[in-house]
Amino acid sequence: MTVKPYVRAVPRYTWFLAHSRYLRYITREVTCVFIGAYAFLMLVGLKRLAEGREAWEAFVQALASPASLVFHVAVLAFALYHTTSWFNVTPKAMPIQLGDGFVPGRVIVGAHYAIWIVLSLAVLILAGVF
Amino acid sequence: MSQRLVELEVLRFNPETDAEPTFQRYAVECPEEWVVLDALNHIKETVDPTLSYRWSCHMAVCGSCGMMINGEPKLSCKSFLRDYEGVIRVEPLAHFPIQRDLVTVIDDFVTKLKRVKPYLVAGEARPVEAGEYRQTPAQLKTYKQYTLCINCMLCYAACPEYGLEPKFIGPAAISLAHRYNLDSRDAGREARQQEIAATEGVWECSFVGACSEVCPEHVDPAGALQQVKIKSTLDWFREHLMPWRRT
Repeated sequence: MTVKPYVRAVPRYTWFLAHSRYLRYITREVTCVFIGAYAFLMLVGLKRLAEGREAWEAFVQALASPASLVFHVAVLAFALYHTTSWFNVTPKAMPIQLGDGFVPGRVIVGAHYAIWIVLSLAVLILAGVF
Repeated sequence: MSQRLVELEVLRFNPETDAEPTFQRYAVECPEEWVVLDALNHIKETVDPTLSYRWSCHMAVCGSCGMMINGEPKLSCKSFLRDYEGVIRVEPLAHFPIQRDLVTVIDDFVTKLKRVKPYLVAGEARPVEAGEYRQTPAQLKTYKQYTLCINCMLCYAACPEYGLEPKFIGPAAISLAHRYNLDSRDAGREARQQEIAATEGVWECSFVGACSEVCPEHVDPAGALQQVKIKSTLDWFREHLMPWRRT
């Protein structure tokens, strides 16, 4: 080739603004920050528990603050988006072939939701909610 | 047939005279039933014979006429004018260098396709007298979806990972490797794994899923890549935790 082709650069830090599907993807990826933040909070809680009654009660009291409630609502929303967006793509990653056909994707997704509900109920029962 | 004045804004680039591409607008009367490719052909025949683009079959089989239409990777032979309002913006496929107008340089994809050995690799030579390599309908079903790929490269134009890291082998080539890996008659997986289980292979993919959304043949490359990731991970565990089971 005697002439130089023209190369269009992809903006390294703003590429995800170019299309709604990229924004959807980056939102899914960002949810992990909130999941990580909540995991860290649980670790802090465990540490406070190990430090004794006074430290634990102060921790529980801090959780009731308005800022903490806002944080928890935000984390819950992101955790739900994280979970549903990943559950919904499981049939792509884990197709199940039975004979000449594949198990419908909604069955695989549904199984994930069912297990999620059962495990959540088990945790709530163990925590003495019911 | 009802006619409509269609305005197309086409990205033009002449490597001999232009420093960078610019948009050129064409307004042509077109029947509603036409596709974008028909409008481009009409422009080339009646308005501007210098307009360059690739096409061949006009029936979504050859995979030549992929373009960005209003920012979306599309086969122009499958994109009906009636589905668009206002000015239709036509650009060359994203993430590929522009050779001229809507023609891109596709050497990168072709090289990667060769690297993944997209053909049956026989395990052991069989004499012709031994007959065909037989396969059950279920064995065919396992990989059939991936045989529908027409190498149109729309998935590469949609994939932001490929745009950011051009070394990434990419959706179509890895899906085709997966297609042959799943084939009961094939024995070439180990050779393909060298390419697709590497950093520039599936591990460059972060499952944006755009490739599957734009695929005109509904191949689902995103699914293929995640399946390759899972199998490659199992390979790793098998190799490191169960060396006696290594095959």
